[in-house]
Amino acid sequence: MNPTLHADLMVALPELWLACVGLAVLVVGAAVGDRASRAILWSSVIAFLIAFILVAEQEPGARLAFGGQFVSDGFAAFMKQLVLVGAAVTMVMGVGYQRRAGMQRFEYAVLLLFATLGMMMMISANDLISLYVGLELQSLALYVVAAFQRDSLRSTEAGLKYFVLGALSSGLLLYGASMIYGFTGTTSFVELVRAFGGAEPPATGLVIGLVFLISGLAFKVSAVPFHMWTPDVYEGAPTPVTAFFAAAPKIAAMALFLRVLMQPFGDLVAQWQQVITFIAIASMVLGAVAAIAQTNIKRLMAYSSIGHVGYALVGLASGSSDGVRGVAVYLAIYLAMTLGTFACILAMRRDERMVEQISDLAGLSRTQPLLALVLGVFMFSLAGIPPLAGFFGKLYVFLPAIQQGLYGLAIIGVLTSVVGAFYYLRIVKIMYFDEPAQPFDRPMGREVATVVVISGLFVAFFFIAPEPLIAGAQHAAAALVP
Amino acid sequence: MIVQTLAFYLFAAVAVAAGAMVITARNPVHSVLFLILAFFNAAGLFVLLGAEFLAMILVVVYVGAVAVLFLFVVMMLDINTVRLREGFISYLPVGALIGVILLVELLLVLGGWTLALDAGDRAGAPTPLLAKAHNTEALGNILYTDYVYLFQAAGLVLLVAMIGAIVLTLRSREGVRRQRIASQVARRAEATVELRKVQPGEGV
Repeated sequence: MNPTLHADLMVALPELWLACVGLAVLVVGAAVGDRASRAILWSSVIAFLIAFILVAEQEPGARLAFGGQFVSDGFAAFMKQLVLVGAAVTMVMGVGYQRRAGMQRFEYAVLLLFATLGMMMMISANDLISLYVGLELQSLALYVVAAFQRDSLRSTEAGLKYFVLGALSSGLLLYGASMIYGFTGTTSFVELVRAFGGAEPPATGLVIGLVFLISGLAFKVSAVPFHMWTPDVYEGAPTPVTAFFAAAPKIAAMALFLRVLMQPFGDLVAQWQQVITFIAIASMVLGAVAAIAQTNIKRLMAYSSIGHVGYALVGLASGSSDGVRGVAVYLAIYLAMTLGTFACILAMRRDERMVEQISDLAGLSRTQPLLALVLGVFMFSLAGIPPLAGFFGKLYVFLPAIQQGLYGLAIIGVLTSVVGAFYYLRIVKIMYFDEPAQPFDRPMGREVATVVVISGLFVAFFFIAPEPLIAGAQHAAAALVP
Repeated sequence: MIVQTLAFYLFAAVAVAAGAMVITARNPVHSVLFLILAFFNAAGLFVLLGAEFLAMILVVVYVGAVAVLFLFVVMMLDINTVRLREGFISYLPVGALIGVILLVELLLVLGGWTLALDAGDRAGAPTPLLAKAHNTEALGNILYTDYVYLFQAAGLVLLVAMIGAIVLTLRSREGVRRQRIASQVARRAEATVELRKVQPGEGV
């Protein structure tokens, strides 16, 4: 084999592995049919775990492949591990739901596999074209899984809405990318860094292109003002799919955001800082205020995720290495909280049907004290109350913002956290002080219970040993911003 | 030279006119046909630029596949254009405002059009001179070598699109008689056909 090609393939080994597994299980599924769906789902989970090990075992240090279109470095490894954990856990969580909802079709696992592959390609993108291809692979698979329950009106509506708005945002992103290419003559991130090295101010068209690119990416992380799809899609999609949406793609898109703005456009920080600051403030405010009136817990989590994206963007807005570290820590903690909360939502079943109203949680402390306790911990953590993990996430994004003199941003962030605490604590109040509603079905399912317990322990006792995560995030940030 | 200039203006004018007709034609089928005309003229422009591969792709893929699909869809759907045009006046101010803003932005961009000095040198795959290689050949040289990663990734995107279309639309209906070729071929004549001697005037 051609030695350079071999070296390139080794750099992209985890992606290659996932792609091959995806194709293999697709063939098995097509041959055996839906009887194999359970086996395919579990083998996909194992494939994610092996990919996790492959990512962890990769040599440290940045390595380029395929003529610089693909990069593998410490930052990519950290984010890929988060994405793989998110994907594997949401897949395991959904096993029971799939069985009950009659959603046992083997394409589900195949599509999630390819979506995860797309996310890993996004994280490793080092070129505007590979960025777009990875993004599109991920989005296309997600549009389909959003509409996976094709006989449910809400699910198909969610899929269609996501598709139409997603296509629009892809158009924005491509338009921006074409402008950047037009003004600099290159799509490679490595070359773009050199293009902006000079002292002269960038051309207007280039800045407009950058803004379009940011708009497209902001849609993918569901930051205000590109958030309108989020509540409807979260509510309409089947719950395990919603959990997947909230966990993995958010992290991948955020990682892409960080890489694009910190690496090729790192010298244009003055140009994009105000845009990111605005998006962050708008997301934090909307996430805090709009969630108050929600009665559906999936919609509530949608607004909550918008708010959390705002907090993560605060770290990006500071534009420093510490800021990147803060975002990495934030995303890891957000992943744990989201997975745990959605596992609790998956346990909300009554008479073999999913219930999604917040009022259905009334008096949970008396019917299922343990579940109520863990969900309470997640709510306190999402609100950012010490000593739970969510507090540390916010701490690590607000500190660099203050160091960079973005006082206004930090103050608004703290204020919106207080407003947001209202609706998180309202759930705790409903669980502990309202008259008990009818209890949920038991058992909640082994997989769901495992996720609830593990993520609950992580969130509650993160403060005892935060060093490994912080060190990992530090390493990732150092790889991105030397 | 003059022939080329004339050809450019001819193609450009027809393309713009066809584009205008696409959005103003009353009959959706006519719109699609004008779209095809616009595609052909755009292909002509590409040929003038020396990009014969893009021109052929445009004709084969867009005219041959996409536009024909459009035509099928338009003919199958019973689109009532009069109802689609309802509310046109009420949306006009907002639409016009956004259009004007976009126009101003584009003008600003064109006004500030300064290429980076070394943009040409930086391009990853500079276009070879026409005398050295036709652009089909040039594309072929890099598509499966330098850009193999993107080529494969695009293949995966298409695969996912195909899986998605099947997942969302394929239904296995009950009571449909399907061909089972293996059992049909394996059927033996003795098991199904019985030959009897029938005596004249007696019946079976």
